[in-house]
Amino acid sequence: MARAGAFPIGHAALAVAAILAVGLALAPGALPWATAYPAAWVVPFDAWIGEGARWLTREAAIGPFLVKDLTRAVGAVVEAPVVLLQDLLVKGFAIGGVSVGPVSWLGVGALFTCLGLAARDSRLAAFAALTCAYAALLGLWDSAMMTLALVLVAVVYGVLAGVILGVLAFRTARFRAVVDPVLDFMQTVPVFGYLVPAILLSGYGPAAALLITLIYAVPPMARVTTNALQQTDPEIVDLGRMVGCSPGQVLRRVLLPSQRPRLMLGVNQVIMLTLNMVIIASMIGAAGLGYDVWQALKSLHIGKGAEAGIAITLLAILLDRLSQRFGALRPDHHGHARPFIHRHRWVLVGVGLALASTALGVVVPAVARFPADWTVTSGRFWDGVVDWINIHGYDAISVVRDSLFLYVLRPLKEGLLALPWLGVAGFVAVLGWALGGARLALLGGVLTAFIALAGQWEKAMISLYLVAVAALLASLVGVPLGFITARHPRLRRIAEPVVDTLQTLPSFVYLIPTVMLFSVGDFSALVAVVLYAVAPAIRYTDAAVRQVPAAAIEAARAFGATRAQLDCRVVLPLALPDIVLGLNQTLMLAISMLVITALVGTRDLGQETLIALSKSDPGQGLVAGVCVAFIAIVADRLLRAWIARRRARLGLEP
Amino acid sequence: MIEPDRFDRYSRTEGVGRSRRASMTEGEKTMIATMRRLVARVGLAVALAAGAMPDDARAQVPESAEPIKLVMMGYSGDNIIMLIYGKLLQKLGYTVEWTPADYLGQFAGLETGDLHIGSPGWDTTAKAALKAAFDTGNVLNMGKMGIPVQEDWWYPLYVKDVCPGLPDWNALKEPGCVEALSVAETSPRARFLSGPIEWGGYDQERIDALGLDFDVIHAGSDGALTADFVAAIKRKQPIVGWTWQPFWLPTLYEGEFVEWPAYEDACYDDPAWGPNPDLAYDCGRPSGEMWKTSWAGGEAIWPKAYAVWRAFQLDSKTMGELVYRSDVDGVATEVVADEWIAANEAIWSPWLQ
Repeated sequence: MARAGAFPIGHAALAVAAILAVGLALAPGALPWATAYPAAWVVPFDAWIGEGARWLTREAAIGPFLVKDLTRAVGAVVEAPVVLLQDLLVKGFAIGGVSVGPVSWLGVGALFTCLGLAARDSRLAAFAALTCAYAALLGLWDSAMMTLALVLVAVVYGVLAGVILGVLAFRTARFRAVVDPVLDFMQTVPVFGYLVPAILLSGYGPAAALLITLIYAVPPMARVTTNALQQTDPEIVDLGRMVGCSPGQVLRRVLLPSQRPRLMLGVNQVIMLTLNMVIIASMIGAAGLGYDVWQALKSLHIGKGAEAGIAITLLAILLDRLSQRFGALRPDHHGHARPFIHRHRWVLVGVGLALASTALGVVVPAVARFPADWTVTSGRFWDGVVDWINIHGYDAISVVRDSLFLYVLRPLKEGLLALPWLGVAGFVAVLGWALGGARLALLGGVLTAFIALAGQWEKAMISLYLVAVAALLASLVGVPLGFITARHPRLRRIAEPVVDTLQTLPSFVYLIPTVMLFSVGDFSALVAVVLYAVAPAIRYTDAAVRQVPAAAIEAARAFGATRAQLDCRVVLPLALPDIVLGLNQTLMLAISMLVITALVGTRDLGQETLIALSKSDPGQGLVAGVCVAFIAIVADRLLRAWIARRRARLGLEP
Repeated sequence: MIEPDRFDRYSRTEGVGRSRRASMTEGEKTMIATMRRLVARVGLAVALAAGAMPDDARAQVPESAEPIKLVMMGYSGDNIIMLIYGKLLQKLGYTVEWTPADYLGQFAGLETGDLHIGSPGWDTTAKAALKAAFDTGNVLNMGKMGIPVQEDWWYPLYVKDVCPGLPDWNALKEPGCVEALSVAETSPRARFLSGPIEWGGYDQERIDALGLDFDVIHAGSDGALTADFVAAIKRKQPIVGWTWQPFWLPTLYEGEFVEWPAYEDACYDDPAWGPNPDLAYDCGRPSGEMWKTSWAGGEAIWPKAYAVWRAFQLDSKTMGELVYRSDVDGVATEVVADEWIAANEAIWSPWLQ
């Protein structure tokens, strides 16, 4: 077998490749073309892609219609529910010449609270009420409703699209082979790289916002769906067939419902990622909380930006918990015996309250719109906090920053930049061979070489350095934290909302204060990336440690293992594959932050997409974006191959 | 119905004809709206081409109830310009929507007609994007705003304590000044905080040509640039960086632009010009213009609104006062725009003629 055979050769080959890489770096005179990729050999992918994008967005036609017009017509239909919801929640309607105001703030709050009660969770109901009160009190009500309208529709589309793609990938292996790399691209190509073509094809406004949101948020749902279906017990499928289900019925009535808990994990990711995109969406015409954050931070009103950012987080957590609760409710098999009104009493009460308070709002304006003079703001306070840290803590901060910069970051960056492109490509290929055989070797080598071919080598190395350092720091923080929360349920209850906040608070909110405290440059970028990417390291480690079989731990105890031995010799090795899966996610999130790091002045591939945007050059932006995706794909495939190998050795399920 | 004068962020996106469409599904409404717009545009174009349109109908303002979409890019100064223009259009009876959009991203929307009136594009930061947009033929150059924009090296006043001799650029060559301005990242050289690399300020070229001991550190975005700058100013750290005017930062904090050998075209084209006989770029930055832009297709739909936009002019002094009112006095931009309109009828009424 090629796989088994590859392993012993692997170590020797790895050593050879490493020596080759270092040797080429130390002797740059020997093969200059293998060290720094010659500028004359750069393939003008950017010009080709730019021309292709220009043609597609401006000239391409199907029959008598321009592609652009067709996609825009589709966009208009797709965005219709958003427009409808925004009318309902913010702008109001006119029915038969009589104008009807939007649903009152009190009514929306009551409805959400009742939904919490309908999900049989009174704490969630209280959280819903608090979230609505927060938005109203801080004067963010209209913005929050605009965002809610966009996010609700995006989440529904995202879940539907993800399930459909996931099912298709499960059904046909060939489709899976095609869709898998496409999903990688969707998740990792920085949005600024394709912003202009996306706008041209879908039009400014909700449609474009939906498009870029879906591109980012669908992949996890699709992956989770395929995964879940693959792990279904075949006996359940057989049962479905035996009771006479058609293949479609097996899917809808048996397979998908039986995997509901797993699918809900995908829904959670769609919600989180959708809310992550609201700031970028505001740059292309979607008003709402994202615009508030963006505008406040542009004028350095940090407190105001943070308030709007926290509203985004609260909204994310509320939508996530509501969907999770409803998803977890057992289907009510006796439900039909009880009257409809009884089964849905809370939902009906909520809708009733919403209608009643909207009607009351006609007479009492304060019910219809939250009065502006009742609103409060803590903006000045937070501005003051940042100023205080800036003035009094700067010296201490700069010592840490400068020493990290001088002794870790700069040497590492210069070291990576000195590596020869051919040596690195060769090393990746050999590593791929050792871990996964010839196909992985070919994939790794070719994708790495492409980056040099496209003339992006230097920027790619800087990107790699940022991402690697950030992922390393995130795991150094996240893995121990995950261990601790796995052992102490009480700490986990504290850690969970913190992790949620880190994942959903728009990175812009902490990016600007970070720059104020750490100045522009790589260090600020690292801080922001680590804050965002640490979440999966904590989550996956926590889950992995808790899933270590109790029998293994009992056995070790019986042999008299100490606490430290237990951790190092039993828990860690058994949990390691899942922990590395979390680190893989950390790495992917770090890569997806490259689009943000460029905003604070790193000279990486993300910056290339920003420059391309300023020059209106979609070719340049897409090529840089594709290089980012290639880095992600290579890292992901190598890590996964290692995990599979490791699991096989431990005798765990693949 | 929300009254047109009350400025509320979401009333901006209020369309016209909603009542008639209320009973249909939103998809149908959108389709019908698109069709109606197409028919209106084609009809108008045909009518104009044939010269068949009666004079009085053509003169009627507003020519169309279709909302005109104005770009709001988030900065106080730019937003105030768009607010004043939009509010004047409302006086003429137009329906106006103020739409948030990215400064550079707006050009894609202007090209396709999703956005109609652009936020002014600056020579200093959007030259390439402006040119690319005009070259498509779908974006119109509506002329200069009348506000020359200045951008260059700028410092807060206290920097004069460590670099005596400022604002003259020679003060930046003094060893004491270089040392005071240096940080770990650039040591022993001084740090110059510049804007995003794509803004193209020729800082490195100027440093080389004038023999300055500076490293250029590029902020990746305007937000990061101002965050770094303001934080340094608040802790009184010596700093020299990139700033422009009209802008809230030099309005809010006391400081001066460095004075270089004055710009001439020859300075950039001819190495022999200026203090350094061997290198070009040994001078200050040229001042630039603010360009008004719009979607080409709107000319036939709202000719009067486009004429008003062409006539629209503000001067630097006015702009500075408006930015000051908003950022230093803390008055909401909508209110600033209303105040200006109320006090300056003599200035804007000719634009509407």
